[in-house]
Amino acid sequence: MTARTRSIGVDLAGVALATPVLIASGCAGTGKELHGLVELRRVGGVVSRTVTVEPRDGSAPPRIVESASGVVWETGLQNPGVDAFVATELPTLAAASSAVFVSIAGATLEEYVRITGVLQGRTGVAAIEVHLSGPDRELERPVLGAHADRVTEVVGAVARMSLVPVFAKLPGGVDVVPVAVAAARAGASGLTLCASPPALAIDAPASRPALGGTGGWLSGPALKPMTLRAVAEVHRALPRMPLVASGGIRSATDAVEAMLAGASAVQVGTATLVDPTAPVAIAKGIATELQRRAVASPADLRGRVAIGSPEPAPEEQHA
Amino acid sequence: MKRVRAEILSTRRLGAYQSLTLVAPEIAERARPGQFVAVAMPEDRDFLLRRHLTIHQSSRRGGWAGTLEFVVDPAAGPGTAWLSDLRAHGFLDVIGPLGTPFSYPKRLTNCLLVGEGRSVAGLYFLAQELVARGKRVDMVIGGSTLDAVFKPIEAKRLSQLVTVVTDDGTLGETGTVIEAVAPALDRAPIEVVYAAGRVPLLSAVAEICRSRTLPAQVAVEERMGCGYGLCDTCAVPVASKDGATWGHVRACVEGPVFNPARVVWDRWRAAGPSADGPEAS
Repeated sequence: MTARTRSIGVDLAGVALATPVLIASGCAGTGKELHGLVELRRVGGVVSRTVTVEPRDGSAPPRIVESASGVVWETGLQNPGVDAFVATELPTLAAASSAVFVSIAGATLEEYVRITGVLQGRTGVAAIEVHLSGPDRELERPVLGAHADRVTEVVGAVARMSLVPVFAKLPGGVDVVPVAVAAARAGASGLTLCASPPALAIDAPASRPALGGTGGWLSGPALKPMTLRAVAEVHRALPRMPLVASGGIRSATDAVEAMLAGASAVQVGTATLVDPTAPVAIAKGIATELQRRAVASPADLRGRVAIGSPEPAPEEQHA
Repeated sequence: MKRVRAEILSTRRLGAYQSLTLVAPEIAERARPGQFVAVAMPEDRDFLLRRHLTIHQSSRRGGWAGTLEFVVDPAAGPGTAWLSDLRAHGFLDVIGPLGTPFSYPKRLTNCLLVGEGRSVAGLYFLAQELVARGKRVDMVIGGSTLDAVFKPIEAKRLSQLVTVVTDDGTLGETGTVIEAVAPALDRAPIEVVYAAGRVPLLSAVAEICRSRTLPAQVAVEERMGCGYGLCDTCAVPVASKDGATWGHVRACVEGPVFNPARVVWDRWRAAGPSADGPEAS
């Protein structure tokens, strides 16, 4: 028997994916770039770059620099705006991919609502992923999604409007469980854990920040242990909530670890930039691991490694 | 664009640089001047991103058909140091050819090619193709010191008039490449300028060409994440055709070759020479 006979398809909060591996936001291009390098159709799904109401020029270059086992980057959410996105990028991306999650961001509640409105009923949108790591212009907070009250409002509004499943991508580097609970109660279908945490790289010889923007975000393998911890803690608090691990996943072993911690699927970002076939190779490796463990589906791995709990374990805890 | 596992045919020291020749017929047969390859780093190190290296030579015919050559500065960072230490007959994971190449002038004949340091490597491929099309090529090349001037003899072979400059006067004239551009333009009836290098050189070339109304093309260097258009990190500010607006475009797909008159130079703070990250070229 080969690994191929075992299905690694998953139902992620109602989105049927051929594999539990997605390309993370901002790492899949617009559907044309990977031609000849990997067939996007063979990837479980792709998350689009993050779109905003108005076009954004993005931050000044340089926008990326390496750090140990990671990259510090900042694009400033460069994107053509939601109207141009649905007119030009979405059709190409949807035609090339098996499932497109559209990543959306706003600086006000109204902006999230307006984008959701534009995406509503749009062909090719399998799900919405709500980016919550940007500044909150209304409440004048540096990270909108770091606060449970605001996550409740924003995710609640998007989830009520959207006809497709809504995933909340929680900010990195924050106390994640309270915002995860807020997003779940507000109606999120699933959670992506987590966005890149804020970071800074310094160009010492020039005595200035290494990037041209305001700071940066850390991505890459350096993040994996933080991702596993966040997934495990949120899985303990919300055992039924579909979780998508994002941050530091670059091999099938990493993906399996994330599933053992409680993830239903993973997103691969930086690893895709380095090796465009990584999302396909990781899916294959997951299949091999399922076979080795003689289990039927990725769901059988989910949450098998629980972390010690300061509180009594919730009753739905995996047996 | 192809991804290949390419054997290192040879590797040799050239002054301050290391030049690697790969057997990669699928890439070599498509490669054009100005394009680059993205070379994967080893998995067991803590530097992750591919290195983006301008194609120095691509041989489609002859005894060594199907080879391509790129040049690295071992001192630029850990990735280029690793590449410099590799021996022949090892293998590299290479994606290419990438990016928009230089275009050749149709009617105009007299070309000046300007570059400094390692960036000169890509210009020889261009010079060779221009000469093959019956164009006249002059060159201005330079570096900080003798060792940092890339293949000055090759420049002599390919061009009519060559200006070599070094900061310390150890080879050619003492001075900078920027200072040598105007005299080179005065010396011959130049009609087109090509340049490769970092922002200070390219913006100076842009200004000189603007003031003399000379058409030009420049190959930029900016730090890249992937090199094939996924991540939007190698941003270059470029004006719209009518000049009314501007936007960031990708050095890896829309570039690395740009019309310098369209680049919004004062909006661009490119990676400085201390960059220890992936090389844009």
